[in-house]
Amino acid sequence: MSIIVDDKVRLIVQGITGREGSFHARQILAYGTRIVGGVTPGKRGQLVDGIPVFNSVWEAVREEEANASIVLVPPPFAADAVLEAADAGIGLVVCITEGIPVLDMVRIMPFLRARGCRLIGPNCPGIISPGKCKIGIMPGHIHQPGTVGVISRSGTLTYEVVYQLTARGIGQSTCVGIGGDPIVGTNFVDCLALFEADPETEAIVLIGEIGGTAEEEAASFVRERIKKPVIGFVAGRTAPPGRRMGHAGAIISGGRGTAQEKIRAWEEAGIRVCHNPAEIGATVESVLKSGEH
Amino acid sequence: MKIHEYQAKSILSGYGIPIPKGEVASTPAEAGAICARLGKPVVVKAQVHAGGRGKGGGVRPASSPEEAERVASVLLGKRLVTPQTGPQGVKVAKVLVEEMVRVAKELYLGAVVDRKTAKVVIMASEAGGVEIEEIAALEPERVLQVQIDPGLGVQAYQARRVGYALGLNPALIPSWSRLVSSLYRAFSEIDATLVEINPLVVLEDNSLLALDAKINLDDNASFRHPEWKDLGSSEAEDPLEVEASRYRVNYIKLEGNIGCMVNGAGLAMATMDIIKLCGGEPANFLDVGGGASAEQVENAFRLLVSDPHVKAILINIFGGILRCDVLARGVLEAASKLKVRVPVVVRLEGTNVEEGRRILRESGLDLLVATGMQEAAEKAVSAARA
Repeated sequence: MSIIVDDKVRLIVQGITGREGSFHARQILAYGTRIVGGVTPGKRGQLVDGIPVFNSVWEAVREEEANASIVLVPPPFAADAVLEAADAGIGLVVCITEGIPVLDMVRIMPFLRARGCRLIGPNCPGIISPGKCKIGIMPGHIHQPGTVGVISRSGTLTYEVVYQLTARGIGQSTCVGIGGDPIVGTNFVDCLALFEADPETEAIVLIGEIGGTAEEEAASFVRERIKKPVIGFVAGRTAPPGRRMGHAGAIISGGRGTAQEKIRAWEEAGIRVCHNPAEIGATVESVLKSGEH
Repeated sequence: MKIHEYQAKSILSGYGIPIPKGEVASTPAEAGAICARLGKPVVVKAQVHAGGRGKGGGVRPASSPEEAERVASVLLGKRLVTPQTGPQGVKVAKVLVEEMVRVAKELYLGAVVDRKTAKVVIMASEAGGVEIEEIAALEPERVLQVQIDPGLGVQAYQARRVGYALGLNPALIPSWSRLVSSLYRAFSEIDATLVEINPLVVLEDNSLLALDAKINLDDNASFRHPEWKDLGSSEAEDPLEVEASRYRVNYIKLEGNIGCMVNGAGLAMATMDIIKLCGGEPANFLDVGGGASAEQVENAFRLLVSDPHVKAILINIFGGILRCDVLARGVLEAASKLKVRVPVVVRLEGTNVEEGRRILRESGLDLLVATGMQEAAEKAVSAARA
């Protein structure tokens, strides 16, 4: 088992003829995910590594029964691309694009909810169920099938954590990069609920960072609903207030959103918080061995 | 992006929100002339990107043009220290000279993007003029909030409800409602992430006026706002930060002496955190981006080398999109062009790591190679101490 993605995925790549789009389409294909098409308006009939290109998502759904999409288009066009996929009946959209205006997200979210479309991201590395399916830009080879679920607001920090796990022989059921923007389609709580219900997942790793209150909301949910062990790390204990730390959502504003308050909330909820990012793998290993669950 | 009070007021005024009469001045003489034109007592307000200006002496009254000139000369060109600037303060390049008004009541009105509900929220309070975050934390019942449906915009009943709940004079409700809907229209059209009118005042003649205003704009929306170039304001004051923004590198100057170069914002923060845990202090936050090129790496390296406080450099790259061999070549390129006078610790992991390590090993450069984050941080901390 895994969450959100499995071997029934029929993926399209929106923005497939771009530099990023064609590069990652190749990587995703090499990982074994079934890509049934790409979409770039006006480029119908072209082939990218043997993948047929369509003018619209609607065409790709009608002709190839696509059911998932990865969006790799520049920020000015990304919200439109996500809406197009949702409107065509795509049930899962993974938006990698960084730099989408936050009000674009405000405007599209109600439509996605009404259509029952799950959005992962934006500004995220995507989602992977090792050995089964990758819809993202993460290096596939550092992952290994297993029983730990990973949820993270970061990209490369997730790779770091996954690498630490795999190096210890600990595989992952699914890793979800939920994204570093202030508004994301799928949050910690959504993923926690799915991992709790997934019989294959034994433990959950949360990677948070400064800014917003997503970690605090996750803390309440873990306290009330999660029985599986949860291990966490919050990046940005040394981040200065009032400065945006790379991610649009990573900012301490008005004294709120500090790593310290998030760590406190997690510890109070019974989450095993690592203070040192180099010790996350070892902590997960000790939790799994101790049979806390 | 933060903009100045006078810029924020000019935007709001364009949406029909009443603001005090006034003009912006860059010299004391201009300030005096503005006061003379207004022909009445004025307030001279330092234009800086920091709150708490009143407490820092950045807002001063003047009853004559001569006094306005004198007050402006005290502020202009000086560094203003407020509770939000830190002890080094911020430089005052402009002052806003405005008519003094007679205030009957101070309110707070603002709009922000609420992450949790993914909606714009309008906030109002009868506790105007103070830090809204403080009120929200201590007495949340004094802050009224309404969520705005993005498809509908502000509805008249929402504005009315808040106006009555604030205890406004019923005669003020129509102009209050117009002001609230103007605020929301401004917020969505200019791609703001925050608009605050604090205080929004009720004058003695029972009219509304935006006495102070603050607007933050969404950097991600700059592609559809060519007019922002004229706002000419950057949060970056530090010369290295200004240079970094030219290179499109995410760089924030900090107090310590270990320069860091990392790919990805989360890993960059985690790297700063582990340096601190190992007893060191990061000199900066630097994210070269997930897909950085060799040129980008070289530019980032140049920033670190040109910071005189840096006593050691830590490069922590997890190669995903950015392959380790590309990074290694970038580091080599930069090191051969620049005078590197401090020890450099490199930690590479991920795609093509063997090739990357080989390139560094065979470069003949004096690099300290580390295998994990812990070892990298320890090596950088001890190198900075040596």
